[in-house]
This record gives sequence, structure tokens and C-alpha cells, in this order.
Amino acid sequence: MYTLSSKLKLTAIILVIVGAIGLVYGFISTPSNEEELKELLAADAHGEHGAEHEEASATTEEHGTAVEADHAASSEGHGETAHGEGEHGDSHMEHLLHQFQTKPWSAIFVSAFFFFMIALGALVFYAIQYVAQAGWSPVLFRVIEGVTNYLLPGSIIVVLIVIFAGTHFYPWQNHELVEEDVILQGKSGYLNFPFFVIRAIIYLIGWNLYRFISRRNSLAQATATNLTPYKKNFKASVFFLLFFVITETTMAWDWFMSMTPHWYSTLFAWYIFASIFVSAITVIALVTMFLKKAGHLEFVNDSHLHDLAKFMFAFSVFWTYLWFGQFLLIWYANIPEEVTYFIIRIEEYNLLFFGMLVLNFIFPILMLINSDYKRIPWFVMMAGVVILIGHYIDIFLLVMPSTVGPNWSFGITEIAGLLFFLGLFILFVGTGLAKESLYPKGNPFLKESENYHY
Amino acid sequence: MSSHYEAPIREPLVTGEKTYHDISVEVGAPVLGRANKTWYIVFTLALIAFLWGLGCIIYTVSTGIGVWGLNKTIGWAWDITNFVWWVGIGHAGTLISAVLLLFRQKWRMAVNRSAEAMTIFAVVQAGLFPIIHMGRPWLAYWVLPIPNQFGSLWVNFNSPLLWDVFAISTYLSVSLVFWWTGLLPDFAMLRDRTTNEFQKKIYGILSFGWSGRVKDWQRFEEVSLVLAGLATPLVLSVHTIVSFDFATSVVPGWHSTIFPPYFVAGAIFSGFAMVQTLLIIMRKVVNLQDYITLLHIEYMNKVILLTGGIVSVAYITEFFIGWYSGTSYENYTYLSFGAATGPYAWAFWALIICNFVVPLTLWVKKLRRNILWTFIVALVINIGMWFERFDIIVIDLSKGRTPSSWAMFSPTFVDIGVFIGTIGFFFVLFLLYARTFPVIAQAEVKTILKSSGEYYKNLRAKHGDDVAHHVDNDP
Repeated sequence: MYTLSSKLKLTAIILVIVGAIGLVYGFISTPSNEEELKELLAADAHGEHGAEHEEASATTEEHGTAVEADHAASSEGHGETAHGEGEHGDSHMEHLLHQFQTKPWSAIFVSAFFFFMIALGALVFYAIQYVAQAGWSPVLFRVIEGVTNYLLPGSIIVVLIVIFAGTHFYPWQNHELVEEDVILQGKSGYLNFPFFVIRAIIYLIGWNLYRFISRRNSLAQATATNLTPYKKNFKASVFFLLFFVITETTMAWDWFMSMTPHWYSTLFAWYIFASIFVSAITVIALVTMFLKKAGHLEFVNDSHLHDLAKFMFAFSVFWTYLWFGQFLLIWYANIPEEVTYFIIRIEEYNLLFFGMLVLNFIFPILMLINSDYKRIPWFVMMAGVVILIGHYIDIFLLVMPSTVGPNWSFGITEIAGLLFFLGLFILFVGTGLAKESLYPKGNPFLKESENYHY
Repeated sequence: MSSHYEAPIREPLVTGEKTYHDISVEVGAPVLGRANKTWYIVFTLALIAFLWGLGCIIYTVSTGIGVWGLNKTIGWAWDITNFVWWVGIGHAGTLISAVLLLFRQKWRMAVNRSAEAMTIFAVVQAGLFPIIHMGRPWLAYWVLPIPNQFGSLWVNFNSPLLWDVFAISTYLSVSLVFWWTGLLPDFAMLRDRTTNEFQKKIYGILSFGWSGRVKDWQRFEEVSLVLAGLATPLVLSVHTIVSFDFATSVVPGWHSTIFPPYFVAGAIFSGFAMVQTLLIIMRKVVNLQDYITLLHIEYMNKVILLTGGIVSVAYITEFFIGWYSGTSYENYTYLSFGAATGPYAWAFWALIICNFVVPLTLWVKKLRRNILWTFIVALVINIGMWFERFDIIVIDLSKGRTPSSWAMFSPTFVDIGVFIGTIGFFFVLFLLYARTFPVIAQAEVKTILKSSGEYYKNLRAKHGDDVAHHVDNDP
């Protein structure tokens, strides 16, 4: 039995508290009207940092159509028409104010989604292992179940954020904007608030239901005399995977693509899935190594680690494949309404945008190609941390350019969001792991898994 | 490598009380024996189809592309449809040999040889189309970046059609090498078993002097693993590049970012359907039911279900985003309301029924394990995947951005003849292969006999996991 050490528990609680304070500060320090925003900008302008911002907003104005189209979508409709002449200054300030007010929302959402997707991805990995009747992984099932223990709180928080974020994230929720916009009117059959909420709740229930059922069956198998719970889990996993592939697709459209409602890409949902999946496998590997080192998983050997590291490697490459597929096709065809997505990311987030590729692709491919290295815990740990940082940036880049545009920063609020959810994640995963024996007794492939050597 | 223990819950992959000797004999039998009448009849039919297709090709090249049904609006139709279809079929072979090797799926061992052969022969068919659909195929060598006397005039590396050249040629050569390395121990087995001097000589040459030493096996395994690791991204990238032919364009319906993974999923889907079609017949004809069992067929059906599901999600995505985009042009694409009701509605519904509706029946375990039904579904999928490519190419081109250039396409007998010819050529090659090559990787099957053979599994069930696996009647 694993018990969450009081030291780790205390650390997690401190992270949560510090994070919460930082987030509250983030919301309080947001300018509530244009006067405050002007003061903020004036104060900032003295520092180097502020200059950067000014420059950023200046660039935005220069790049007429492309970036503006994106703004029209992400702001509350002070895009093309208002930007044109006359009341330019006012509408620009209003637009800027909205982006500044969105900043703490975005910061909290990026971190909330990042940790939530780890739990969700782990659940998918778990279901796949069941459906594939994998012979190597059953020894890791309790570990994965521990990671998915964060799913319930994580998903509730994420769903609450997307429901209450309103026009901070989703410009199509602004009625005035929709009235002026023929394209958004055309989409209102899908992009309307009640349906949006219903969908979010369906995802929430479906994902958590499978987590609940599979955990219950998995525990029941430990004491069962036949394989009924295992067989039930097999079936549940098949249906969960079906449910997941559809809901993940619509989730990606709902929560991310509709942040810039004029923009669309058919690959988008699968691209987000790759990020979810590789991060989850990485965390499973990290938690396994942590528990193994603490002496709780004597039935796990370095072959299991080797396999996890192979998955980290392979899905890092897979993520890159999808990233590149989407980027290349949009860059190549260069259709104006599509390229806005990448123009803002390359112009305003250049270092992050390309740096992410180094972290998510070049680093893992170099570090994890050697099979001896894939068996060295600290080495996999190092690669894992890099991959996780890379995918945090990936989520950051999904959200920030669409919501706050060029006015992004990585400051107290963003760090506080990370700390808060990291603390929460450690707490829930830790208590999840501590609930039951880490030895998944009764699984029909357990002996195969224990004897597994590669 | 993984240990020999296998969970009792797993079904056996080799049925009957097989010994190593039995495997050699049964795999060698079709090669060392004589062909029967049926083989000659089928071979003749395939040869006639091939020769007819060859005639059509010669006619096209000597007369001009105008003998096809193409028009100014629809410049690509059957040629590229068939090209993508054949390339897609070729993908399952590498998937079975490479991806399933990476995932340590033991069931692949009975089917990989034939799947790889299918890959090679399908890619050969595919490779014909990029050349014969050229207006001036005798200048085809201009696609290669070779120094020349035009002031070293080079190719433009920005075109996906050029990437195709590299992708397909690399794919063919790597698949060939991968296939051949796997064949070495099996050719050596035939060399050692035949009593015919001529055959001994031939298989002696083909097996490159394989003697099966420990060091050789060790390197053999490593090479297989490295090649599998290289072939997997290759499979994905080859069909991705094929999909780029369409997706990099600005044609509504073609320009879609989901094309790369969706084409790959479709390729595996259609490729597995073709493997089913071939193996269901082959296992019967050459008496290999103990090696290609019902379980293998069911597993392949599951892969078909998975990839078919992925393809279906892509269809839904295409349909949805077409609507969501709010672009009026998107209403005439191959998956749109316009296509479902327009002049090509029959092609649209053929796609939906063959690729979405019919494969759904495989969710039922009884049907998934029914050989006849599997065979029918596999055929239907092959037809459906042909329609998928036809729809993508022709429907999307037929109603482009300018209504004044809208047009319909109808094939001529030459279009059809060339396609039939490639089918004939494919079967000529495959039938020759089935008579001269060991159709099952016997060396690999021997490695799983004791862990996954029915006899040994029963032995363990009776006497416990640690029972000795000696078989006295093994020569």
C-alpha cells in the first residue's frame, strides 16, 4: 500500500494555496475600465516589458487584414468595421481592455485544461490497454487509475471555466457580434450557448462514468472468482473509446476552435488528441518511476519503463506529424481565412511557437531513441519533464493567441495557475494511489505482465 | 524478447498438434508440389486481363491521353483514383509487418509474408499510373533531379507530385528489402528441403547463403526491428504525401488538413480488406487453415473496424466542417449535402454504404468470425474505398468555384481497360508468388509455436505453466 507522505501532501496544499492567492491577485489586478488600463499601460511603458507590448499592439495595427480578421473573431466585434476610421482610438482601447480582462481567465484555463487532459489521456491509454489485451501493462493499471483519479475534479473545473468564461473566450456568445456577422449566424445552429453547455455536460458525464465503472470493475476483479468484472471492463472500454473519439472531436471544436469562430481546420481535434495522449503517457511514466523508486512497485521492471518511454517517443513523433500536417497544408495553400491562425502565432509568439517544436520533437527524438537510455529512470524523467513543458506551451498556444492576442505575458497569474492545478493534481493522484493496493490482483494478464521482459 | 509464458486466456494462434517439422512441410508444400488445373485457369484469366490492360496502355501512350474520358475540368479521374487505391492497398502489408511487429502482435506472423507481397505488387500497379497518366511519359525522367545539359535545369521541390516520386520509390525499395530479409531463412528452408537440383540452385541463390547461426539470427532480429521502426513512419508519410496531392491545393473539398491521417487510416482500412480477400482464399487453396485461423481473420476484422471507425469520424468531420466553414463552395465537396443529392449522389451513397454501413456489421462477433461474410465485407470495402478516392477526385473537381466550368466525367473503355489490366497484373504476380515463395513466414511461426500453439497451450493447461516442452517426435 502506498500512502501519500505528509511532506508531499503539505507541499501540494501549499502549492494550491499559493496558486489560489496568485489567481485571486490576477483577477483583482485586471483593469476593470479603460482608465485603469491606460494607467497600467503608462506604467508599463517605462519598463522594457511594456515597450514590447506597445510594439506588439503597434504591429497588430500594421498588419491590416490578416491579424485583424482574427481579432474580429476573438474580440467582441470591434474588428474590421470599427477599426477602420473615426473612433479608432476608443474601440482599440475597448478591444485592448477586453484582452486584458481575458488574461486571468486564459491563464486559469490553460493550466486547468493541461492537468485535466493528463487525467483524460491516461484514461484513454487505460482503455486502449484493456481493449488491446496488452500483456505488458497490467502491472501499471493501479498507477493509471491513480492518475485518472484527478479526472472528476479536473473535468468539473474545466467545464465550469468554459461555461462561465462567456465572451472572454467565445466571441460567438456575444449577441451583438452575431447580429452583425453573417458567418456566425450560419454557425449558430451549433455554436449556441444552451447546446454548448449540454455538450459539455455530456462529455463530463460520459468520461467520468467510464472512469467510475472501470475502477469499480478493476477492484472487483481483485476479489472475484471468475473473469466477469474483467470482461465487463473490456466491453466498457470499447464503448468508452467510441464515445471518446466522438466527444474529443467535438470538445476540440467547442472549447478551442470556437475561440476564433471564423477559423476552422479539419485536423484540429486529432491534433489536440495527440497532445493529450503523449502528455498522459509521460505522466504515467513519471508517476511509475516515482513509485518504483519509493519501493511500491517491485513487480514493475525496467522493461515496463522501456515500453512507456517508447510510447513517449512514438507519440511525440506522432504529435509532430499532426502539427506539421496542419501547418504545412495551411501554409502551403495560404488561404486568407485560414492562415490568420498561424500568422498571429508566428508573429506574436515566435519563440514559443518554434521553441515548442524543439521541446516536443527534437528533444524527445534525440533523447529517447537509444534503447538503453529508455531504461534509465532519470533519463526518462528528464525527457518527460521536457515533453510536459512542451505540451504546456502547446496548450498555451492553443488558447492565448485566440483570447488575449498579442497582449500575452507569462507572469504571476500564469505561474499561479500552474501551481494551483499542480498542487490539486498531486493531492488527488496521491490520494487515488493510496486508496488501494498497487498490485492489480486478478487481472488475467497479470502473470504475463509480471514476467514481461523485452 | 518477451518470455515464453503466455496467459491461458489467449486463444491459440497455431491449431492442431504441430511440430516444427510439420510447419516446414506444410509451408513448403505449395512450392515444392505442382500447380493444379484451377491455378492455370485463374492464371490465364489474370494474364489475359493484364495483356488487355497493356494494350490499353500502349494505345493511350501512342495515341494520347485524349482517349481517356478526362476533360478540361476533370483532369484527374480514374488514373489517380486507381493510383491512390493501389497505394492504399499496399499499406496494409507494411502495417502488418512493421507496425504490428512494433506492437509485438504474434498473430502477424502468419499473415505478414503475404501482406508484404501484396504491398509490393500493389505498389507496382500504383507506380504505373503516375507514368502513364503523363502527356509525355517519355520525358518522365525529367522529374529526377539529375545534372543535365540544360544548364543543370532542376525540378521544383515544392510540388507534392514530386514528393510522390520520392515517397513511392522509397516505399517500394524499403518494402522490398524488408520483405526479402524476412524471406532469407525461408528460402534457405526450401533450398534444404527440395530434391530438385534446379530448385536447389535457385533457392540457394535467393537465400544468399543463409545458414542460421546465432550471430546471424541476432542481427536478423535487429535489422527487422530497425526496418520496422523506419517503415512505420514511412507508411504514414507515403500516404500522407499522396494525400498532399489534394490537400495542398485550394480546390474546395481537397484543401482539408485532416487528409494526411485520414488517408493513412483509409489506406490501412482498404489494405486490410484486400489482405482478407486474398488470405481467405489462399488459406483454403494451399491448406493453411491451421496457421491462418479464424482468430487471425477476426483480428484483421477488428483492425478493419478500428480504421473504418477512424475513417468514419473523418467523414463526419469533413461533413461538419464543410457546413461549419460557412463557405458556399464547400457545399459541392465530396462529403456535403450537395454531393448527397447532386448528380454524383450514387457515388456518394456508394461510399457511405460500402465504407460506413456494411463494415458496421463486423461489430457483431458472429459475423466477424464468419468467413463468408468477412469475405463479402472485404470485397465491399475494396469497392467502397475505390469510390472514396473517386469521390474525392471527381466530385470535388466536377463543381469547382466557377459554375461555367462545371462538368461531368464518364470513363472510356480505355480508362476501364487500364484498371482491369492492373488488376490482372496484380494477380499474375500474386499467383506466381503463391507458387514459388513460402507464403507463410515459417521461421517466425516456429518462434511462437511453443508459446501460442494449441498443443502446447493444452499441455500447460493440464500440467501447469512450468511443464517441459520437449516433443520427442521432432526430427
